[in-house]
Amino acid sequence: MTTPLPKRIIKETERLQSEPVPGISAVPHDDNARYFDVNVEGPGGSCYEGGVFSLELFLPDDYPMCPPRIRFLTRIYHPNIDRLGRICLDVLKNNWSPALQIRTILLSIQALLGAPNPEDPLNEAVAKQWKENQAEAIKTAREWTEKFAQKK
Amino acid sequence: MPIATRKRKADSTTASADATSEPQRKLTKVSKALQKDSISQEQAALPATPQTLTSDKGMDSDDDFNSVASSMDLGEEMSSSVDFGAGESDVDIDDDYQDDGAFDATAKDLAPKRKHFEVEFKVYSPQDIQSQQDTQIAEVANLLEQPSEATAILLRHTRWNKERLIEQYMDNQEQMLDKAGLGQEINQNPPRVVVKNGFTCDICCEDGPGLETFAMNCNHRFCTDCYRQYLTQKIKDEGEAARIKCPGDGCRKIIDAKSLDLLVPNELTDRYHQLLMRTYVDDKESLKWCPAPNCVYAVECGVKKRDLNKIVPTVHCECKQSFCFGCTLPDHQPCPCVLVKRWIKKCEDDSETANWISANTKECPKCNSTIEKNGGCNHMTCRKCKNEFCWMCMGLWSEHGTSWYNCNRFEERSGTDARDAQAKSRQSLERYLHYYNRYANHEQSARLDKDIFHKTERKMTLLQSTSGMSWIEVQFMEAASQALQQCRQTLKWTYAFAYYLARNNQTEIFEDNQKDLEMAVENLSEMFEKPTDQLAGLKVEMMDKTTYCMRRRVILLDDTAKNLKEETWKFNVELR
Repeated sequence: MTTPLPKRIIKETERLQSEPVPGISAVPHDDNARYFDVNVEGPGGSCYEGGVFSLELFLPDDYPMCPPRIRFLTRIYHPNIDRLGRICLDVLKNNWSPALQIRTILLSIQALLGAPNPEDPLNEAVAKQWKENQAEAIKTAREWTEKFAQKK
Repeated sequence: MPIATRKRKADSTTASADATSEPQRKLTKVSKALQKDSISQEQAALPATPQTLTSDKGMDSDDDFNSVASSMDLGEEMSSSVDFGAGESDVDIDDDYQDDGAFDATAKDLAPKRKHFEVEFKVYSPQDIQSQQDTQIAEVANLLEQPSEATAILLRHTRWNKERLIEQYMDNQEQMLDKAGLGQEINQNPPRVVVKNGFTCDICCEDGPGLETFAMNCNHRFCTDCYRQYLTQKIKDEGEAARIKCPGDGCRKIIDAKSLDLLVPNELTDRYHQLLMRTYVDDKESLKWCPAPNCVYAVECGVKKRDLNKIVPTVHCECKQSFCFGCTLPDHQPCPCVLVKRWIKKCEDDSETANWISANTKECPKCNSTIEKNGGCNHMTCRKCKNEFCWMCMGLWSEHGTSWYNCNRFEERSGTDARDAQAKSRQSLERYLHYYNRYANHEQSARLDKDIFHKTERKMTLLQSTSGMSWIEVQFMEAASQALQQCRQTLKWTYAFAYYLARNNQTEIFEDNQKDLEMAVENLSEMFEKPTDQLAGLKVEMMDKTTYCMRRRVILLDDTAKNLKEETWKFNVELR
């Protein structure tokens, strides 16, 4: 590592370990403290309930002035998440504030799972299905959760 | 304050025109009469006009130069009320009528009428724009009883729509302030940096004693380092200014200039104010930046977007750039913006390809797919529709019977039909290429003329030393060169315009005008290639041709603009 890790990242990492958020875990890599392995449980009552979704999270150099980069690794059927796992979420883009943290962002992502927004879609096909036949869409999401998002 | 207006310029030149107008007009009339006979005579007659100018030479040479300009303006003047709508196709006759009336036209000279192709506009310097903003802020601040910083934020929020702001503010003050990102108590708390004990910055997690902190009225407090870094990034990397929000999560409070000045270094506040200025101009429909590189001026013009099908609002910046206010592309009169856009797109997609297609391919007689024959026999099978035909006669292969591989069946019906259809589709391509080639030619020539213009300066210096003329006296070269550039620019766009024009009686007049201008331009262009030692002797002729070119241009533009305004042109595409 060329530059020492900013105090902010050290503190955040410590707090993630000492006071973990229920249903969410984020563990930094040993060789790169800016790279996190993340697991998020599907929120209760949603079609992702029972699933554990893994994500990757990276803190760029200008974090926290810039938002962290986050991507789903587990396949998920969701109108705001595309095939590559990219997430359409305002706080990850123009509504980012440097006062936000890894934990708050992960909570937002968990909330997004609980409340899909087909009006602002990233994955057009899924969003279309969501609007036209919600029951069918939810069924597919359940199936995918069972198929791809089980704890190993 | 306006720096320059088109109207003013016209005023001053008209005034100087009056001094020389009478004898000149008589002579113009004479030369006009001669013009009608034939083109060669017209050229012979043309030098008559500037002879008055040269005879004035004993006077101040400055006047001499002015009168060149004024005679050009005079030409514009006279054509201003020429009526093309009446249906006469002979433009010169109209001009003569105009000449007859010219002696008692003083009233019109005093209040010059705007030409159909001209629009009213003003050019503003950055200082003008700043003071414009300041005046508006002061005005509204007074009315709303808010400090000017807050007023500025409010105005930017409503995109400088004063009426809307005042209305909404009076309606619901609290809601308006909140929406614009202002707290209510902006009056009481001047922004300041404070040291707070036991404070931890939420951004960097620093908590050392003596940490300087800052917060706006929303009380989202961070250390000044983080605040500064945040603002720097917004301004420098994201180019934001008017709508930078508090760094607190979900807070919509907008940072004001005063707080900003307190937090960031000077070079950044400069950039910030620059960006604010930029958003001001961008927010106003009636203001646009001059698109020339490094130009700092903005132009104000009242032409609305919805009127762009009826008018081509060319404006002229202080920096000499002429551009269209509608689309900020370089001056493209007489062609309206939509057609320009279409044409450019078409040329990008088509021109070279079309040339190649025309030379190397044929279309399948059945499905019209374009086919290049890259070898083999004349028995073609279209890959798309499986139609089998003969490459030579384009007729059905099945009709060829036993004469395979040796086409001698030109009189066969299916072949003739196929060739007819083909000819039709080729024709549209040819038509496009006709206009494109002329368009491209003028573009190219304008570039070459520009090279010549650079050489002109040298020629002008040379001319001074060889002929003993003064600097002012050799200005005619520059005037000619500029006229050439301008006319070619116009000509170029007449071809794009013509491509979309559907034929009617008006187009005949248009094409006549186009032809006249083209001829005038080529004549003048030719003179530029003469060796320098001859140029002094050609001064009169050159000045005359320059004037003539400019006049033809004005006539053409006025006619097209008038018809555009009155919607008498018919286009073969929809103006959308």
